[in-house]
Amino acid sequence: MADRLIAGRPVVEGEAEGEALVTHEALSFWGGYDFQTGEIIDKHHPLVGVRAAGRILAVPFSKGSSTTTAVLLEAVRAGTAPAAILTTGADSFFALASIVADVMYGKSFPVIALEPDAFASLQSGRRLIVERSGLIRER
Amino acid sequence: MLQLSDRDRAMLNGDHGPAPQLAMSILVRMADVYGAGELMDISQAHIDSTMYLGDATLEFAERLASLGARVAVPTSLNVSGVDECGWKDWAVSPEWAAKAARQMLAYEKMGAVPTWTCAPYQTQMRPSFGQQIAWGESNAIAFANSVIGARTERYPDLLDICCAITARVPAVGLHVTENRAGQMLLRLIDVPLALQQDDQFFAVLGHLVGKLAGDLIPVIDGVAVQPAEDHLKAFAAAVASSGRVALFHIVGVTPEAPTLDAAFQRRAPQQTLDITATDLRGARSELTTADGRELDMVILGSPHFSLAEFRNLAPLVAGQHTDPRVRFLITSSRLMKEMAAEAGVLAPIVEFGAQITLDTCILASPMLPPEIKTLMTNSAKYAYYAPSLLNTRVTFGSLADCVRSAIEGRVVRDDSLWQTA
Repeated sequence: MADRLIAGRPVVEGEAEGEALVTHEALSFWGGYDFQTGEIIDKHHPLVGVRAAGRILAVPFSKGSSTTTAVLLEAVRAGTAPAAILTTGADSFFALASIVADVMYGKSFPVIALEPDAFASLQSGRRLIVERSGLIRER
Repeated sequence: MLQLSDRDRAMLNGDHGPAPQLAMSILVRMADVYGAGELMDISQAHIDSTMYLGDATLEFAERLASLGARVAVPTSLNVSGVDECGWKDWAVSPEWAAKAARQMLAYEKMGAVPTWTCAPYQTQMRPSFGQQIAWGESNAIAFANSVIGARTERYPDLLDICCAITARVPAVGLHVTENRAGQMLLRLIDVPLALQQDDQFFAVLGHLVGKLAGDLIPVIDGVAVQPAEDHLKAFAAAVASSGRVALFHIVGVTPEAPTLDAAFQRRAPQQTLDITATDLRGARSELTTADGRELDMVILGSPHFSLAEFRNLAPLVAGQHTDPRVRFLITSSRLMKEMAAEAGVLAPIVEFGAQITLDTCILASPMLPPEIKTLMTNSAKYAYYAPSLLNTRVTFGSLADCVRSAIEGRVVRDDSLWQTA
């Protein structure tokens, strides 16, 4: 079967491949993500208890703490960050974490903004390939 | 396309040294993310990157400090990861304390004012109406923008310090008048005055508004009381925990909302929702995750306890004592503790059995021993984050409920207003 192609705009460019983990609720990584395990820990969030490390996390936008970026930087350093983050707008928190991870450790992750319809079409469990152009292939 | 000034370009080229070069290189990449056409000046900053989380936050701070970074504008510092004087009384490991102290030192070396507080707007570093600033810390961002009318984007950790070193920010978002207009109208409908006057009202309303607002700027209409500053502080902390709100307007209360029309800059709301007493009752019960009466600790002070809050607490506890089974902890700043002592309101609180932790809080420092499993607080921010970050159960209540529970050694709440609401 042919790949489904999903158009995206690269906020931070990069390539990634992994299993989609999709939520329609915003997330604060501080108080919401354990960088030692790569698990979502926010007890108010529907994905609590789910491991996002190495997966392609689709979350509409960041909320809550400014320390979201620092938690994500720790996660990149510890190897427990999502492989890519897909959002509905150019989320400055996720973008900054990726840019600083690049500066500090030469490791960044793609941050891709999707149109609302494209974001709504994503499903957890599907295999996604994120291309440098922002194009996403769904297997 | 980003147009840099000559000074921006000189920083980017390294003419001002390696630290401004690094900071400007991050800022330029972020200007692209924000879609900014140019950078603009700021005259103050508040740094949230101070909180030690692990090796990465420390390495980032020490990298900047080792490059000789200096802040270029008056800069305050948020909470750290350790109470330098008090950590040994708690479960903090010596390794954590040492690394958190190194991170504090790195930011002090950059020339920032060691305020070590998440309520910098209650210090001498309070900005003024219309002032362009770069602030981190979600509650402080919401307070500065909304209650003071200073102008900051929602700056994340690690970017706040880059803004302070360069004194520049992308000229977008909440720095620009037209982007500060309300977008969503939230109308209080038949919310009784007695409920609005309750000590818990603004924290609960903030928790609810944060959940409703999504990524829009909310305007709250129908508030019939003039809240104390600490009630607006509680609102700002709650709205920025349950949501992503960096600016809110309360009609007749906050400075950019003398009227409904002014709050929306004469535009139409994108969305309108009603808030009833039933909605507020639901929001209040979400803040309580404990059941039963067990209580290990009362925790106050997120954001950091102010002088006015010390003043309110003192008469409630004077001449009484906590139950020996319950710890009573207040998190605050060095400045507020000194001011409370000078005002004579600290002594009765300490005699009551309260402990005070400075420069940090229970969420930012791994200080609580594992036997502390049930908390009670009047802070919606503590109530929101403690269950996830500390794996504790929390009861949310008024300041008076917290005091009474500490004395009785079990959770007691006067819910009469909220049940009939």
